Amino acid sequence: MVRKNNSNVLRSFTAHFTLILLSFLCLFFFYILIVNATCSHAELQKGFSALPKSNALVNFKNVANDGTFPMLKGIVNSIIVSSLCAAICTYFSALTAFGLYVYDFKLKKVAFTFIMVILVMPTQVTALGFLRLIRNMGFYDTLIPLILPSIASPAVFYFMYSYLKSNLQLSLVEAARIDGCGEIKIFNQIVFPIMKPAIAVQAIFTFVGSWNNYFVPALVLESKDKATVPILIATLRGADYMNFDMGKIYMMITVAIVPIIIAYLFLSKFIIAGVALGGVKE
Amino acid sequence: MKKTKSISRAKWGYICILPFFVTYFIFSFLPLVDTIRYSFYEYYRSGIRTIGPNFVGFDNYISVMGPDFFTYLKNTFILWIIGFVPQIVIALLLASWFVDARLKIRGEQFFKVVIYLPNLIMASAFAMLFFTLFSTSGPVNSILTNLGLVNGPIDFMGTPTGTRLLVALMNFLMWFGNTTIMLMAAIMGISQDVFEAASIDGCNPRQTFFHITLPLIRPILTYTLITSLIGGLQMFDVPQILTNGQGNPNRTSYTLIMWLNNLLRAPDYGRAGALSVYLFVVSGILCIFVYKMVNRDDEKKPSRRLKRN
Amino acid sequence: MKKRVVSLALALSMVAGLTACGGNPEGGNAGANGGYVAEGEEGKVINIYCWNDEFRTRVEAVYDKVDHTSEDGTITYLTDGAEIHWTINPNQDGVYQKKLDEALLNQGSAAADDKIDMFLSETDYVVKYTDAEADIAIPLTELGIDPEKDLADQYDFTKTVASDANGVQRGSTWQACPCLFVYRRDIALDTFGTDDPDEIHALCSDWDKMKSAGEELKAKGYYTFATYADTFRAYGNSISAPWVEEGSTEINVDPQIINWINDSKEWLDAGLIDSNIKGQWTDDWNKSMSSESKVFGFLLPAWGIDFVLNPNWDGEAGAWAVTDGPQAFNWGGSFVHGCVGTDNAEHVKEIMLAVTADKENLMQITKDYLDFTNTQSGMEEIANDESFGAEFLGGENPFKYFQPAASSIQMTTLSPYDQGCVELIQSSFGDYFQGQVDFDTAKANFERAIKERYPEITAVNWPE
Repeated sequence: MVRKNNSNVLRSFTAHFTLILLSFLCLFFFYILIVNATCSHAELQKGFSALPKSNALVNFKNVANDGTFPMLKGIVNSIIVSSLCAAICTYFSALTAFGLYVYDFKLKKVAFTFIMVILVMPTQVTALGFLRLIRNMGFYDTLIPLILPSIASPAVFYFMYSYLKSNLQLSLVEAARIDGCGEIKIFNQIVFPIMKPAIAVQAIFTFVGSWNNYFVPALVLESKDKATVPILIATLRGADYMNFDMGKIYMMITVAIVPIIIAYLFLSKFIIAGVALGGVKE
Repeated sequence: MKKTKSISRAKWGYICILPFFVTYFIFSFLPLVDTIRYSFYEYYRSGIRTIGPNFVGFDNYISVMGPDFFTYLKNTFILWIIGFVPQIVIALLLASWFVDARLKIRGEQFFKVVIYLPNLIMASAFAMLFFTLFSTSGPVNSILTNLGLVNGPIDFMGTPTGTRLLVALMNFLMWFGNTTIMLMAAIMGISQDVFEAASIDGCNPRQTFFHITLPLIRPILTYTLITSLIGGLQMFDVPQILTNGQGNPNRTSYTLIMWLNNLLRAPDYGRAGALSVYLFVVSGILCIFVYKMVNRDDEKKPSRRLKRN
Repeated sequence: MKKRVVSLALALSMVAGLTACGGNPEGGNAGANGGYVAEGEEGKVINIYCWNDEFRTRVEAVYDKVDHTSEDGTITYLTDGAEIHWTINPNQDGVYQKKLDEALLNQGSAAADDKIDMFLSETDYVVKYTDAEADIAIPLTELGIDPEKDLADQYDFTKTVASDANGVQRGSTWQACPCLFVYRRDIALDTFGTDDPDEIHALCSDWDKMKSAGEELKAKGYYTFATYADTFRAYGNSISAPWVEEGSTEINVDPQIINWINDSKEWLDAGLIDSNIKGQWTDDWNKSMSSESKVFGFLLPAWGIDFVLNPNWDGEAGAWAVTDGPQAFNWGGSFVHGCVGTDNAEHVKEIMLAVTADKENLMQITKDYLDFTNTQSGMEEIANDESFGAEFLGGENPFKYFQPAASSIQMTTLSPYDQGCVELIQSSFGDYFQGQVDFDTAKANFERAIKERYPEITAVNWPE
């Protein structure tokens, strides 16, 4: 018994130590970013400083007043795109998973295999044709091509499907049918709520993925007032003349990631609770 | 009677999956066909003039498929694997610690929040940050020098190993939190009864982990492997920014998508198209591999739902 | 001006490249089809494409119709009711060119107020836009500017550079960019016991002398230059033939480039250059201009002092001085072009004349921004003006050195491929300098990279 306790203490110590080390690694970079965002260019030139300086407000004003890089507008655009993406992506992925899991039909196996096949296809492969298509559809330089295609997200589908497989008793669906529920009602009122934890996790992942997506927006957006945050960050860092104000650059990156971190801090409890909820089921 | 009913429900199956397939057809399949079409043409821009499109048969395919292709494929794979292995190991470890009540992890919520944090930063911003931090006059070198650990600054990005390790470190940091959350969800999905039974049978934590937890979370592990593999094949932002698109030194961190990116930027639509098709084939091979793995799972557990119907 | 932020480079990737699938340059043959300038009334929106706010500041400084610029810097309002809309895209990695090319391809179909009216180009790719066949930049005579008369005071080489193969001038610049050696006075005093520009010049009047001076600096713990890229322009802009001959698809690497490679390797191995700084426009490079740095000097044109060195210097003014370097050469230069299809020909002409041809305006720019401006007589006056001094240089008059250097510049070896060649030869041979690859591998890597950037290139010829 004593030995067992000892080994537990040792394991507990190792676990805490590892966690602290990893947390340090994660936070260290954010810390440097934020410290640097409070420095003036001259202070940055002097080398790394461990403590924040007083130039944060100046840097922030420089960022907010720069029309070449409309950061606030970019954040609004990014929020629109990412929220809509997260919403329609999770809803339709859940629907597709539901369709393939609950119903039996001829092409079921084929459809499932097909989705598995396209799961590994890099988006970049179709970039060339995608752009021509968007132009022909008149969606060029709009936010639509960033949102609509997320209806077909094989990876999210696969997660939903795995989740359904382990969490949805088909007898529940049968019971609902006997109670006279229509198929649409079954999905929206019975299955969808069951899937909430999975949807919460995937909504966050999709939101983050969309927020950070650079490839597609770079392809289809042209004007500055449509630009999303990564586009602005990219343009900013190519903008040589701004590199002589690194403080402003760090502040811009900070401004770009802070909204999502705040959103995350609010949602993280919900996510982790949702994950726990999914575990209690079964 | 029963039969007609199941047929009428099949309709609902199609309706449910219709949006997915229509979207896919429009936004991915049509572009793919278009891309393939251009791979047979000579089609690029020279200055402000456009050359082509002229049909050239398989010329683009021949010109793209050289030793370079395999070098870049190998680079991509190496960059992926040295980031993925530690990621999955650490994530498994953390996930099993988090769910292990006996360890009494303090500040569990805090740690979970923190380890997922790097995933929120956009890869481009993260790579830029790393570039600054690890540059020869950067904070990391100045800290190491101040601590007396090194004599002169270390040129992290001056050697192939250094650059690759940095890329791997970034990928690791960005994704291990994500994977941990996934795996935790899976482990918590396992009934507590199973663990209790194991405990009563005298399993130590290690045995429980290898003989109970691991086999039971295999579907999620497969999922993680697949998504990570896709991500790996698409690796672009991080090495692109860290190495200025050149994959230096000596193109050892040059990935396939960086190559595609350079071709598209030229722009050389013909060769970019051909490379896209090759990438598609590589993806296809990965697919078959993955599909076999997933299918093997299905065969082992004959689907209950079919019988129940 | 030459400003690429090489290392912070971002994947401003497919962006423009792709957008052009299908469609030929519609603006291309406007000249043949009739006017370069849209018929009808002068428009109200003047669209100008450029890669930073430098040109805007020059226009604000000297164009008399400027009323004010919006706070965010995107629109300049003119007193006659017209507006200048600035479209700024970064220069590095060819992003600016991609965006510009994209817009040029749509020039024919764009609405009058969306058409580009003016755009800027840099010495590295000016030929691409002044090309007679492309016919994108309006010949100055079509705008009502007579180069012989209106631009008589400009440096001849700037006019040659802005002309197409038939000698038709299609652009104009407000600056000439001779380079000087800019050095730290405190390091000079510490090493050589003097910081006098003439005595320092005597120590570095040719590359051999410079190298032995470098040995002395090294003994004191200093570097002569920050990076191997710092000397590149001295060699690279003194090549005897263009990278790509007109009409050819083969790249010829000039013996001068090989000299640069060999010399850089030698200097780097000898410890005269800081091997930790890999190229210009990086954070490390910026830091090498700070007071903590051990770097003695830089080869910079006038704009480099004002635009690069000054913001990066964190000490007192007067710490730096200029003198003639081992070799006279030109680095950079921004050209202003009227764009075919413009509906604002009058404004284009006025702006071009105000910013690039008016001697008083140019002198004003020189006094405000330390730019070496494109007026031969004006520069001579300033060079001989004993009362003129640059505050940053502690009152020294740099034009005393710039002005003679400008007269010796020859710029006859340009090609549309220069930006790519310059960027890629530096990055490919960076590995060689650092000892990561051998010479032949670096050559092969350059060939790969250049063919990716320019698909039409069929061969790369190296000198024997």
